[in-house]
Amino acid sequence: MSWTYLDTGIVVVAAVSAMACALIGSFLVLRRMSMMGDAISHAVLPGIAAAFLVMLSRDTAVILVGAALAGVLTAAFTQLIHQAGNVDRGAAMGVVFTTMFAVGLILIVRSADSVHIDVHTVFYGAVELTPLDDIAVAGVRLPRALLILAAVFAADLTFVLLLFKELNLTSFDADFARAIGFNSRLIHYALMVMVAVTIVAAFESVGSILVIAMLIVPGVVASLFTRRLWSLLLAGQAVALLCAVGGHVTAITVPRWFGFSDTSTAGMMTVVAGVVVAAALVAAPERGLAARALHRARVALAVGREDLLVELMRVEERGGPPVGGRELVREESSRIAGRSTRVDRTVALLVERLRGRVRSGVGGYRLTAAGRRLATGLLRSHRLWESYLFAQGDTAVGEVHFAAHQLEHVTSAGMRADLARGAGATDPHGRPIPDAPDADAGDHSPAGC
Amino acid sequence: MPAGNRIEPASAPSEAYGAAVNASAPAPSPLVVRDLTIAYRRRPVLWDVDLAATDGVITGIVGPNGAGKSTLLKGVLDLVPRVSGSVSIYGKPYRQQRRLVAYVPQRESVDWDYPVSALDLVAMGLYRSLGWLRPVRRATREAARAAMDLVGMADYAGRQISELSGGQQQRLFLARALAQDPQIYFMDEPFAGVDAATERAIVKLLQRLRGAGKSVFVVHHDLQTVRSYFDDLLMLNLRVVAHGPVAEVFTNDNLQKTYGGRLTLLDQAVDALGRGPGGRGRSE
Repeated sequence: MSWTYLDTGIVVVAAVSAMACALIGSFLVLRRMSMMGDAISHAVLPGIAAAFLVMLSRDTAVILVGAALAGVLTAAFTQLIHQAGNVDRGAAMGVVFTTMFAVGLILIVRSADSVHIDVHTVFYGAVELTPLDDIAVAGVRLPRALLILAAVFAADLTFVLLLFKELNLTSFDADFARAIGFNSRLIHYALMVMVAVTIVAAFESVGSILVIAMLIVPGVVASLFTRRLWSLLLAGQAVALLCAVGGHVTAITVPRWFGFSDTSTAGMMTVVAGVVVAAALVAAPERGLAARALHRARVALAVGREDLLVELMRVEERGGPPVGGRELVREESSRIAGRSTRVDRTVALLVERLRGRVRSGVGGYRLTAAGRRLATGLLRSHRLWESYLFAQGDTAVGEVHFAAHQLEHVTSAGMRADLARGAGATDPHGRPIPDAPDADAGDHSPAGC
Repeated sequence: MPAGNRIEPASAPSEAYGAAVNASAPAPSPLVVRDLTIAYRRRPVLWDVDLAATDGVITGIVGPNGAGKSTLLKGVLDLVPRVSGSVSIYGKPYRQQRRLVAYVPQRESVDWDYPVSALDLVAMGLYRSLGWLRPVRRATREAARAAMDLVGMADYAGRQISELSGGQQQRLFLARALAQDPQIYFMDEPFAGVDAATERAIVKLLQRLRGAGKSVFVVHHDLQTVRSYFDDLLMLNLRVVAHGPVAEVFTNDNLQKTYGGRLTLLDQAVDALGRGPGGRGRSE
């Protein structure tokens, strides 16, 4: 891979576009109106065309004003159709932006044949060409696109910093905001203007597909990792940066591994964005698939361990012999943990042995004193629940065991004390309810829940 | 406690009346509604509502689903457009009296996965006093913390709101209203989906607010608790069926009028209004 100043230029332009989109787009995600990014990115076309036709200028300022107007119109039409027609918001957006996009195309084709708007460029952008179109600023030659993007990014940043409190309030609870005198609608339309302006500024360099991706992806990914608005916005910036750098690097390296020439940076950025979303869905803490699977496994293990102890306890109570490993390690299903497999049970047995709650002796496994203490508490919970459920009258004697078998895993010492009030000495099956173990104050933590 | 409190209003009016006479002004009403009509797509949701609420009491608002209870609160707070009518808060339009009023929306009306801490949510109650563009300051957070303390949520300040139970979330909404330190509270189903402990805590809070001379309006569903929770009752079904002290208006007759089928003719007419004359559109 050979890196030139052109590559640096491309990455910087791509990064600034992505970061500007991410900053403003995160609010669309938070307000559950992500489709608005899609809608406005199409609907700005007639705004741009009309601005050109009226002003006869391709000046950036003129185009941005046209786009801003189109953005406000999109939001207003969407609201109008949504309310007047009792149409859902997504459908209303779909109607508005396709119509406006079509009007834009007609305007361009009919009246502005001379204007150079290349459809290919609209979709994919031409970020690779941006470093070539440069102007000198204070003796340094900078890409023209970068200057425009930097100005828009600065405007977005100012907007968000100044109105941070108001954006936060109206995004969370628009009705309350209005009740205390903050004009939610004004902020909504101001946000739409910023979205439209950002889209148009980014559009020319990176194309509409990437713009839509960068409006939404950073906010979605960041929301999986963060719990505050400001950290969400910061994380979104990091994701945008990652996509820009990662996108360009893969665009100029990966195709060559397979003997092709370089591919489009904007296209690759969008692909990288998709990969980042997938990775985040798997790896995000707590809300990610991996974290949830881990949590499930942990609960399964805890339930398996507790079931093991109680089983040994029951055998001991009957005065039975030590239990063989084969019998102890078998499949069980539990409503809390799902199915606990032989593997789960094997691991559970191993852990309990290591913790010194179960020991192996002649003929099989037995509880140790520590194990017996825990098991007594669990068995007590189990039988207290059976008594309680039976006394409540809505569970038959034959059924109470299964419910109690789930509940015993999530019963704290405090709950046990509550259950004990009004319970007799035996459960509904006539088996004795063991006394609270001396360690009851020490409370075993309920099965990881 | 409720029994003790019930005695007070009996002696208080004469004093209030005396004060009012001395000041040669009528006793102020926290909420006066005149001819209020609100419609969603021509179909009236509230029709010709008139009421003058009593100052310094807890007023329950009951009625069947779709009776316009929430809409009444939203209409008072200018959150939905009115077809006709006027609302005054202590004699002036709501827009001039915002600082006197706190609104507690239904808990389900917001997204509890939104990335905000419990403390920052409560601090939102102070945004009006901060005004536009001014950032949240340390003093704002401290005031919010004090409000959380009042509802027993001080230990949860740093929690993300999605980690809290329904009852705790409801307490946060109340704390946000308390932080505003208003004179009048409008609460939309504060008891919906909360645990028994929270319900008791909320009732206690309402009584404390009344003790401090505040007026509280509570949209409520559970008819069992009407007598013990409220001083006044507004029975609503599209129109005001009855309004006054609970002991007087909470009668079988009024319940029948509010919840019973007596209003079917009116309902049909209202549906017809939604469709328009001669129309055959859907009636929702």
